[in-house]
Amino acid sequence: MELEVVLATVLLIALTFYALLGGADFGAGVWHLLARGPTRRAQHQLIGEAIGPIWEANHVWLILIVTILFTAFPRAYVHISTTLHIPLTILVIGIVLRGSAFAFRHYDIKDDDIHLRWDQLFAISSLISPLLLGIIIGAITAGHFPVNAGNFFDGYISPWLQLFPLSMGLLTLLLFLYLAATYLILESRDLTLQKIFRKRAITAALLAGLLEEVVLYLGRSGAPRLWGELTTSLWGGLIQLGVGSLTVAAIILLVTQRYWWARTCAILQVTLTIWTWGLAQFPYLMPPDLTVFNTSAPGITLQFIAGALLVGTLFLFPSLFYLLRIFKGSTLFGYKRPNGKESL
Amino acid sequence: MAMSLGFHIIFAVVGMAMPVFMVMAEWRWLKTGKAVYLTIAKRWAKGTAIFFAIGAVTGTVLSFQLGLLWPRFMEWAGPIIGPAFAIEGFAFFTEAIFLGIYLYGWQKVSPGAHIMAGGVVALSGITSGVVVVMANGWMNTPRGFMMHGGIPANIDPFAALFNPSGLLQAPHMILAAFAATGFAVAGIHAFLLLRQPSNTFHQSALKIALVIGGISAVLQPLSGDFLAKQVAEFQPLKLAVFEAQVETQRGAPFRIGGIWNPESEIFDYVVKIPYALSLMLTLDPNGPVIGLKDFPRENWPPLGVTRTAFQLMVFIGFFMTGLALWGLWLAFKNNTLFQSRRFLQAMVFASPLGFIAIEAGWVATEVGRQPWVIVGYLKTADAVTPVPGLILPLMIFCALYIFLTCIVIWLMWRHVSATPSQFEMTSPTEKAEPA
Repeated sequence: MELEVVLATVLLIALTFYALLGGADFGAGVWHLLARGPTRRAQHQLIGEAIGPIWEANHVWLILIVTILFTAFPRAYVHISTTLHIPLTILVIGIVLRGSAFAFRHYDIKDDDIHLRWDQLFAISSLISPLLLGIIIGAITAGHFPVNAGNFFDGYISPWLQLFPLSMGLLTLLLFLYLAATYLILESRDLTLQKIFRKRAITAALLAGLLEEVVLYLGRSGAPRLWGELTTSLWGGLIQLGVGSLTVAAIILLVTQRYWWARTCAILQVTLTIWTWGLAQFPYLMPPDLTVFNTSAPGITLQFIAGALLVGTLFLFPSLFYLLRIFKGSTLFGYKRPNGKESL
Repeated sequence: MAMSLGFHIIFAVVGMAMPVFMVMAEWRWLKTGKAVYLTIAKRWAKGTAIFFAIGAVTGTVLSFQLGLLWPRFMEWAGPIIGPAFAIEGFAFFTEAIFLGIYLYGWQKVSPGAHIMAGGVVALSGITSGVVVVMANGWMNTPRGFMMHGGIPANIDPFAALFNPSGLLQAPHMILAAFAATGFAVAGIHAFLLLRQPSNTFHQSALKIALVIGGISAVLQPLSGDFLAKQVAEFQPLKLAVFEAQVETQRGAPFRIGGIWNPESEIFDYVVKIPYALSLMLTLDPNGPVIGLKDFPRENWPPLGVTRTAFQLMVFIGFFMTGLALWGLWLAFKNNTLFQSRRFLQAMVFASPLGFIAIEAGWVATEVGRQPWVIVGYLKTADAVTPVPGLILPLMIFCALYIFLTCIVIWLMWRHVSATPSQFEMTSPTEKAEPA
């Protein structure tokens, strides 16, 4: 396999981890925003405790994606960041506000009313960032990139302000919400909270499953390449079947309270969605003409970065596992039911 | 971009140096068993967490802004210097992971594992600092490629990373980080000691901060001297601007102050120390120093800004060195460090100075590189993005950063004003139980 393909695969792996870990943090932030009823404070506390120790590490996946992109595929990075200047800027602002607000809230030494403001800011920016992330990915998929834009609107607005990217934004948000809800069920020791997040997980699963089909349908005109790959080939059909059955399975498992397996289904569904997108997109980083081959850096750089990634991974995965074992140990391989019995 | 960097640099610096401080405090606790050190470690850890979080998100902004604002630069430099950022990415990963363990793991891991986690945070923080500064050094002394028809070819990322400027800029920056943070922390505790002279919390905290900050401040002039010799060799124009050397001459004096007079093309109102500059750079009082008139005028950086920033940095640097030596003398003279109100007042005054020096030094090296973004190869004006209306995002980010700065200052003030009482520090319940 060529190094370009290896590095593109690494990008896809990093994106998957970012969605599964960092994405769930954003989802949890939105659940914070949507928390209602008498257990509101308890929900907020659960969310804060769940993401506190790990959100900074989860966030680094995004930085890794950007650095690999600009090192290995500089020309694609330049095109994306020029054309999608506006949504990227908003995304970055959302990320800054989310992180700062969380830090201000949780690493402060006193405890008073100002914390509610930080909570709000944290929750609202958690809503904005996944939307923009999805819109950006949607715009990259659609590839409506102007060759020589005559005016500002054609050049910098219309590539992303379209139905398909917007629907991708919504899908991203819903998938993150779905993930977060299934994680939070396992984090909670309280039966009432578990029920609340179970209901939410089921709703999010249904909506996300539906929206996956809607996005695909919108792709018929919005991203014809993606549509073509997924509707005319055998593997495209199988994958659609797979996503659909994972949604159904997750809902059944949620109803029957097999939360660990339900979470596994959610993780698989998101992973499958991302990899389907990646495979359908290949070899394009941005259709119609930027591929992983014609935008890549010289061979020596690719070798160097591949080496750096290999060495880095040797450090990264043990550390990451150590972190998750310390803080998420009880939910990694099973979970404690409220009555204290270990179960799957 | 410059503004993002100027902002990020402060948070990155504190985020790099603070872990060392908190680990020192925790180590003192493990060694002496005095609860006061544990309180210090926990306090500092919270401060570190805020700075780290802001450093992390502003770092994210930067990685995007490289492309958002300087697409041509990245297209050009990405393959050459990008690998440095990949290394930085992993260092950053490690730092984030172990900071999570450090902050939330007091009760969950053994004391040994806990302090190790802190050590890893400190180490990976320094690593990413070094790598980023080396990447910046590459813009000053580009290496590791050859030009072929306007496109860089024969790329060697190792040679690019270990460029001569970066190798010396990195220790200079690390020392600056420790000195500035140490003095800032020491200044805050000195301020509170002036109010409550016998508070052991502030005494102990001041001691740790002053030891680390002081050692760095004393070593810094040495590192600066190495760096200056190197700038003289590789970027003689920049050095000429730094030192106000207009004409090439032998036996050049060291000049203090001065205002550039564009008509007569000399610096007015300069105080001179004869032969000192030649002596410093060439170790020979009659050694030659190249003047800026030897270079084409369109390649001159803005003289006033570069020169002023450089002078400011040097002046503050020496002031801090002096202060550190004074503290050392007081500490040896029957341990009168905490009695000398004048010394404590000086420390309070000096607390923001290190950061001002860092910003000034950064301005000096960046503005001093203009009009180039990659010296000798790519001009700044050619690297900027074609997206119109840049002033709007610029203003938004500016407002955002001012907002964040105010909040952080306010939070730090809350931190500081909540001085733990003597009782809190001696209570045995404080001790973390091993999991």
